[in-house]
Amino acid sequence: MAAIATPGQRRVDRLERIWEERPGVLGWLMTTDHKRIGLLYLFTSLAFFAAGGVEALLMRTQLIGPNGTTLSPHAYNEMLTMHGVTMIFLFVIPISTGAFGNYLIPLMIGARDMAFPRANALSFWLFLGSGLFMYTGLALGQAPDAGWFDYVPLASRAYSPDKGIDFYTLGLIFNGISSTVASANFIVTIFKLRAPGMSINRMPLFCFAFLAVSFALIFALPFLTCDLVLLELDRRLGMHFFDPSHGGNVLLWQHLFWIFGHPEVYIIILPAFGIATSIIPTFTRRRMVAFPLVALAEILVAFIGFGVWAHHMFAVGLSTTTAIYFAAASMIVVIPSGIQLFAWIMTILTGTPIFKTPLLWIIGFIVMFLIGGLSGVTLAAIPFDQQVTDTYYVVAHFHYVIFGAAVFPILGGLFYWFPKVTGRMYHEKWGQTSFWTTFLGSTLTFFPMHILGLIGMPRRDYTYPAHMGWTGYNFLETIGSYILAAGLVMVVANLLVSLVRGRVVDNDPFGGGTLEWATTSPPPEYNFAVIPKVTSPYPMWDLDDREEDGRKLEQGVLVLEQGHETPGSTVLDGDWDEILQMPSDSPYPILLGIATAAMFAMLLLAHYVVAGIFLAIGALVLVGWHGTEPQES
Amino acid sequence: MLLAGCGGGQDSLQPHSTQSNQIRWLWWGMLIVAGIVFFGAVGMLALAWLRKGDKGLPALGPREGLTNGLVVVFGIVVPVVVLVALFIVANLVVIKTTQAPAKGSTQMSIDVTGKQWFWVVSYDGTPAVTANEIHIPVRTRVRINVRSGDVIHSFWVPELNRKIDTINGQTNSELLYASRPGRYRGQCAEFCGLQHAHMGMVVVAEPMARFRAWLANMAKPAPAPAGGAAAQGQRLFMANQCASCHQIRGTQAQGQIGPDLTHLASRSTLAALTIANTPRELAAWIANPQAIKPGNKMPDLGLSRSQIAAIVSYLEGLK
Repeated sequence: MAAIATPGQRRVDRLERIWEERPGVLGWLMTTDHKRIGLLYLFTSLAFFAAGGVEALLMRTQLIGPNGTTLSPHAYNEMLTMHGVTMIFLFVIPISTGAFGNYLIPLMIGARDMAFPRANALSFWLFLGSGLFMYTGLALGQAPDAGWFDYVPLASRAYSPDKGIDFYTLGLIFNGISSTVASANFIVTIFKLRAPGMSINRMPLFCFAFLAVSFALIFALPFLTCDLVLLELDRRLGMHFFDPSHGGNVLLWQHLFWIFGHPEVYIIILPAFGIATSIIPTFTRRRMVAFPLVALAEILVAFIGFGVWAHHMFAVGLSTTTAIYFAAASMIVVIPSGIQLFAWIMTILTGTPIFKTPLLWIIGFIVMFLIGGLSGVTLAAIPFDQQVTDTYYVVAHFHYVIFGAAVFPILGGLFYWFPKVTGRMYHEKWGQTSFWTTFLGSTLTFFPMHILGLIGMPRRDYTYPAHMGWTGYNFLETIGSYILAAGLVMVVANLLVSLVRGRVVDNDPFGGGTLEWATTSPPPEYNFAVIPKVTSPYPMWDLDDREEDGRKLEQGVLVLEQGHETPGSTVLDGDWDEILQMPSDSPYPILLGIATAAMFAMLLLAHYVVAGIFLAIGALVLVGWHGTEPQES
Repeated sequence: MLLAGCGGGQDSLQPHSTQSNQIRWLWWGMLIVAGIVFFGAVGMLALAWLRKGDKGLPALGPREGLTNGLVVVFGIVVPVVVLVALFIVANLVVIKTTQAPAKGSTQMSIDVTGKQWFWVVSYDGTPAVTANEIHIPVRTRVRINVRSGDVIHSFWVPELNRKIDTINGQTNSELLYASRPGRYRGQCAEFCGLQHAHMGMVVVAEPMARFRAWLANMAKPAPAPAGGAAAQGQRLFMANQCASCHQIRGTQAQGQIGPDLTHLASRSTLAALTIANTPRELAAWIANPQAIKPGNKMPDLGLSRSQIAAIVSYLEGLK
């Protein structure tokens, strides 16, 4: 039956052979393929999303009426801390950078993998390890309970003597290593692995967002890590960094935490902005309005985000001058956000929008982000901030930002790229139903929180008295949270069923503009048979270039079939620079991940010598890691 | 008000002071502007839906330069104008009213120390110490100096002013000024551990004469027990662990761990506004404090019912 193969077909067969992945579980454990790693990130972070969601539902059930007894005060405090830590560090950041970034960035820039595939695998195993590490604390009844920002002295040994806080500190240091490795990888990948011709001004806005996020993470995480190390030194060795009776300062914790913590907010939402700037052009059939301005705004948001941290601390008794500076800086952040917001709206207005599920999530995101952004502006009015900070008003604000502005686009992105990843289409009608259910649920859950805060309910109270006028709003929020959960279950069910039953689709069912749509669905291990030609920011809409790719495959130009290879290009102009040899699967990343997890477990148990042994084992693994592997010639 | 059992309301939109009132107006002003921005933007989205088949700007057609210009106008020019206005009103004008009072600008000072999970209240220049109930003269500028007795708390009485944290190693201050007599509820607003939810306080603003009388009484040592049951209660109080944690001025009870009980009977609530101060609830509290406020520092003392009754009759005499 075999037809006579064209030269192009023979090249594809050869690439298939070179890039073939090991089958079975072992293949997944040793994989260095960015797509498989992206999927591992996806499943893991969704599992943590479920855990964080259950924690939220337990809290809402406790608060459905006054003097609730669903949770003990201690359990409630554990839930509120784990909910925050989980959603930020184990769900939103890993799913947006780890899953979306990993899976899509090499595809969008026409590369065959991330710049450092083994480091990429390592960052996943470290993330999984850190998540399991922190949940071990919960399973052992020693979960952190001092809130996700873990203020001292409450988190000091005197007031939190059990190991809960240690699970938090060590777990976040552990998690930070994963994010740092991943960020370095994204930066190098985006700078160096773009297909020849993709100069920086032709790079998708999605990649600009990830570039901004990666730099922000690299500069923000050291502050957190430093803070956590100081806290452990206080807790374990009796040092006094945060102890005013010995010359320490409790506000040092808050400053260091928020120098990390505020950029973190932009780290959370920028990938979502990237998703929005991918979905909107596709479903409005036009390029993003003000493209260069939006790219600049993405970078600026991440940059200015470093100068605003003390607006989380307006009630600690800063001098008025200091507070005014930080309020002014915080207001400046509004401008790049405003540019992006109106660029999305103008793109939708001047395009020909098709209101399908992915775009609906993005419209929902714009509405939620408007509310969250506007309530954020009110918090830059210092006297008002000092009135409502640490109340439900703030809880409303940041859930509009984190759930509305980050999770909505993430959910929209799941629908949007589902056909690319699976080769099948999701169920449109159920997709729209799940959107409206989630939108209704989140509005009922989070909107009344504004009012609750204004009428005096502080956040983080495990219960409240009956006569305060808070009961009705709390009841509404709890019902809303159940509806919200139902909407999310619908999303997952839709995607799971469509995985089996969905209509089979071709490479580019939505007519997307970026390169991930150029390859098959799901993409092959080597992503592209020929490295695609790029002459604009929406290369899929340049039909001549796509036809030329087909001819190049026949001619053998830019196929790179001599081994695990991908082209490297220059940082700004994207000129072809070199051919990079990429590693294939490897046992070292997971081994290093296990050694690191064991080291952190031993640090927690204060077995410092054994921890040192695991560190040494990790170093040995690194030696193996750096051994070269044979290349197919 | 009707809520006298546990203090008044705690609603920042029902101000009873110049400070809180200005913050409320700031809020309504911001809400109006935010509403205009929100409905303007959502209106554009609605317009996009209505004309989903049409390319370009409504009425003006596909003009890329103009479209980009509108992003600059809505994304940069309008925000800059609005933000500058907000900055001036909130952070240069209103803040002058709500910020910590300048030295010498107040007629009296009260020291408030946040502890897990109650408030120690003492009056400068007098021996008066109480807990969770802060009396102030009405229409008088009062400086509140807040400190931490253990972890960070936040002093917040929304109907009178914004909040201020208690920070270890520093003293923060805030202005309280009540425009009219009343009871204004407050609550710890910075997460402080297990019973953060039960760390209430109430500010009682009253005419100067009544305030003076109250303060004079507060400054006095505790009255001697009246009657046999109360005297027995006092003996039990001193003989059991009570005295090692609580202070009753004028007796040998000098403990500093729990709240001062010198004039306990003059307070309307117990356990930082958790329960009402009635003989029944006080007895229930002494019998099993951990059931009412789990995690607080008061242990179950293992007293018999008659011993508790005697202690209650002693404490309820401490007017």
